[in-house]
Amino acid sequence: MNFPSIIPLLLALTLAPLLPGIINRTKALFAGRRGQPFLQTYFDLWKLLHKGEVYSRTTTWLFRAGPMLGLAAVLMAAALVPLGNFPALIAFPADFFLFACLLGLMRFFTVLSALDTGSSFEGMGASREVFFSALAEPALLVALATLARQAGNLSLSAIFTQVSGAHWFAAGPVMALVLIALMIVLLAENSRIPVDDPNTHLELTMIHEVMVLDHGGPDFAFILYGAALKLWVLTALVVGMIVPDTGAIGLNLVLSVGGMFLLAVIVGVVESTMARLRLLIVPQLLVGAGALAAMAFLLGLNK
Amino acid sequence: MTLLLIALAVLLLGAVAVLLLSGSRRNFSWLAAAFVLLAAVSGCIPAIQVLAGGPALQFRHPWPVPFGEFFIQLDALSAWFLVPMLLLSALCAIYGVGYLRSSVKKCSMGPVWFFYCLLVLGMTLVLLARNAVLFLSAWELMAVASFFLVTFEHERESVRNAGWIYLVATHLGTGFLLVFFILMGRETGSMDFTVWAEKGIHTPELAGIFFLLAVVGFGTKAGFMPFHVWLPEAHPAAPSHVSALMSGAMIKLGIYGLMRALTFLGAPSIWWGWLLLCLGLASGVLGIVFALAQHDLKRLLAYSSVENIGLITAGLGLGLLGVSYHQPLISILGFGGALLHVLNHSIFKGLLFLAAGSVAHATGTRDTNRLGGLLKKMPWTGALFLIGSVAICGLPPLNGFVSEFALAGASLKAITVNPADAAMAGLLALVCIGLIGGLAAVTFAKAFGTVFLGEPRQPVEAPHEAGMAMKIPMLILAAGCVAIAFGAVWLVDWIAPIAGQLSGLEPERVSAVLQSPALVLTTVSICGLALVILFAAIALLRCALLTGRTVGTADTWGCGYARPSARIQYTASSFVQPVTTLFRWLLGAHRQLQRPEGFFPPKASLTTETPDLTHEELFRPGFLKINWGIAKLRWMQQGHVQLYVLYIAITLIVLLAWKFR
Repeated sequence: MNFPSIIPLLLALTLAPLLPGIINRTKALFAGRRGQPFLQTYFDLWKLLHKGEVYSRTTTWLFRAGPMLGLAAVLMAAALVPLGNFPALIAFPADFFLFACLLGLMRFFTVLSALDTGSSFEGMGASREVFFSALAEPALLVALATLARQAGNLSLSAIFTQVSGAHWFAAGPVMALVLIALMIVLLAENSRIPVDDPNTHLELTMIHEVMVLDHGGPDFAFILYGAALKLWVLTALVVGMIVPDTGAIGLNLVLSVGGMFLLAVIVGVVESTMARLRLLIVPQLLVGAGALAAMAFLLGLNK
Repeated sequence: MTLLLIALAVLLLGAVAVLLLSGSRRNFSWLAAAFVLLAAVSGCIPAIQVLAGGPALQFRHPWPVPFGEFFIQLDALSAWFLVPMLLLSALCAIYGVGYLRSSVKKCSMGPVWFFYCLLVLGMTLVLLARNAVLFLSAWELMAVASFFLVTFEHERESVRNAGWIYLVATHLGTGFLLVFFILMGRETGSMDFTVWAEKGIHTPELAGIFFLLAVVGFGTKAGFMPFHVWLPEAHPAAPSHVSALMSGAMIKLGIYGLMRALTFLGAPSIWWGWLLLCLGLASGVLGIVFALAQHDLKRLLAYSSVENIGLITAGLGLGLLGVSYHQPLISILGFGGALLHVLNHSIFKGLLFLAAGSVAHATGTRDTNRLGGLLKKMPWTGALFLIGSVAICGLPPLNGFVSEFALAGASLKAITVNPADAAMAGLLALVCIGLIGGLAAVTFAKAFGTVFLGEPRQPVEAPHEAGMAMKIPMLILAAGCVAIAFGAVWLVDWIAPIAGQLSGLEPERVSAVLQSPALVLTTVSICGLALVILFAAIALLRCALLTGRTVGTADTWGCGYARPSARIQYTASSFVQPVTTLFRWLLGAHRQLQRPEGFFPPKASLTTETPDLTHEELFRPGFLKINWGIAKLRWMQQGHVQLYVLYIAITLIVLLAWKFR
């Protein structure tokens, strides 16, 4: 552990709530509105942290523990993810399996909290969430495994310091396929269009948002912050594949953070220009992402 | 060795004692549990000594049976299976005392505890036996004792059916073992396991045939797809403490048998590893898909055992592939992960079955579609079931994650090596482990979420929390889940020699190979600890934030609907409906839908049921065919004694002619 390895975690903790702001501003731009301030998520968090709580009479201690465990899991996951060429705080071989499982833990407790309310809508969201993520998880693992074979190394930090421009020239199709697969996983895991619509006003059609309907106050702040962090870490995986190593630490850092913001704009563009897929089609998209990643693996086998 | 013999004697004595007492109407369950506990303690002490690096213990005594000898030996491989088996037996026995209390009035406790002691005795002997005849006798003792335990509630027809399926399946498996052992004996000229291990089989074709026999024979007991048919029948039928023992310990003996058989067969061919890997991954994925479609809580857990056995087998497959491709790290991680998962699965599956038993005991039903909101009524059982669920889904920081991490580590290592087919094996394993993990989360979110959370879906009799005798074993098992999660690195020293024995590596080589995985394991445990600390910190923060503020209660937000009721909740079936729809080509679920029709629809109903695919499509038609074929021979049975004498005479003449050919 050395000094620069704390940087990715610190940036994640401080800048993560900015990403939803950028996405929303981009969408507003496309819709011809002014849109909410970039810092809106920070304001929301601040406001929620100063509120009390109202709990459903149906719920138990699990409903209170769920958001806290979810946030703890995603914080831990953030410590495993490098930013651009900066290694993560914690790095060891096969750490991305722990990363995937931590996201799984977060999801498991969000789902259980949703079921704890006894609401049919939240049950519906929970059911869809576990289903889609069960399909997204293999895609994420295969995509990262492909990168691991390309880099000849099993830890996220080592993979992303080694995967560089040279790989794009040598094995362009492999990298492109992995990038598409990771992008689909990013959209699916963060409940974005075309899988889920965070802005819909109809509870029946939501996935993630409907699961947290009954949370309020500091609990909901934990959930919002956790969601922003999850968006940040998965975005960091995609950005890590693209950002080149310039040799200068400062420039690398600027490029990486810039890349994060740029990707947020791209997510906003995707959300503005695409319709959301029918729920029945979503499994095909996710299995497709897994298939693309597997194809990339096969293409890169002779490495 | 003395302690081991004492353990065996105590079990036998316990069986006899409860049989003598069985006439009395008194509740003597405590006595039986005490015998099992005593045997477990005296058996575990030498086993732990052996695991900690002590020399293997052995004991020989003549046994007047053809080719038989009372030859028992305790080496590290046996000890690794023996410790969890004995401890789980003792805990399940203590649980059984509380569980069976309500049945004391109805029937005598003699038989059930008699067969319980015999089952534990049989399992201990299976692990210790080093003579093929002794092994098979113990194997049979275990099968028959567990058959009588499964049919404890024999007044119900479904239980009798389940018992029959189990008895047939286990004997078909034993048939393969019989052939395997006889052929092995013919090849090596001995019935001694130690001789078999020394000589080995040197013709690859013969070794391959033996390997297949062992896979089918032991796989039937372990529950590989498609030999698993008895599992989802027998586990729900048995009393819960017996299902916990069968699922947590008995089916592992199939894995033990397979591992033991691997030590007889010499260098593995490449296809062995591939076969076990594919069989294991298929069992894993199919097991969990069938598990999530079940409505019966214990049937769900039984299918999830198929899934976990699948993961263990996949680990064995990776280990064998590592040996074939000369990748020591893959083989050690594969075998080691499989061994660790054996231990872990004993603990969390035991815990889950016991907790499910408490639910059935308290509510009188196991149907997840009827239950709900039990966490309020049964806080202990609920919390313990949650711990088991998190562990079995392989989520950090509990023990299930540690063993799945080792298995994933083996497949990830395989991904980075050449040749390409090793990398393909790694990719296949990784995809399936990811999918199994995701689907396990669906299954156990459903199991825990619909049984313990929300509101009761249908009124059940007022549920009560489990009694002390039932709660304490569950607490100990849950503590085991946590302890292994954070102390796994200390188990490495115990696993390393066994993994080395299976992969044929020298001890020095093994410890050299294991250095970096042990370091990673420590890091993972630290990450788990960090997770707990983070959670505690956030909890403190929340506590500080909420002091002095209003924390109110209200109804669940019904999205504007003013009269919500418990019936509008998502049920277990509706929760998994998207997944079952995706896999409907595989599950073949029976649906009976009565739509609401007409202007004033009187009633509508939907029932779904997921029968076992292989049972319906493979075994039932297969046995019908056999039945049909045998019926063709019925003309030979005329009932005349003269005719049968003629058959005997003809047979003798044919045999004589064959002899003097």
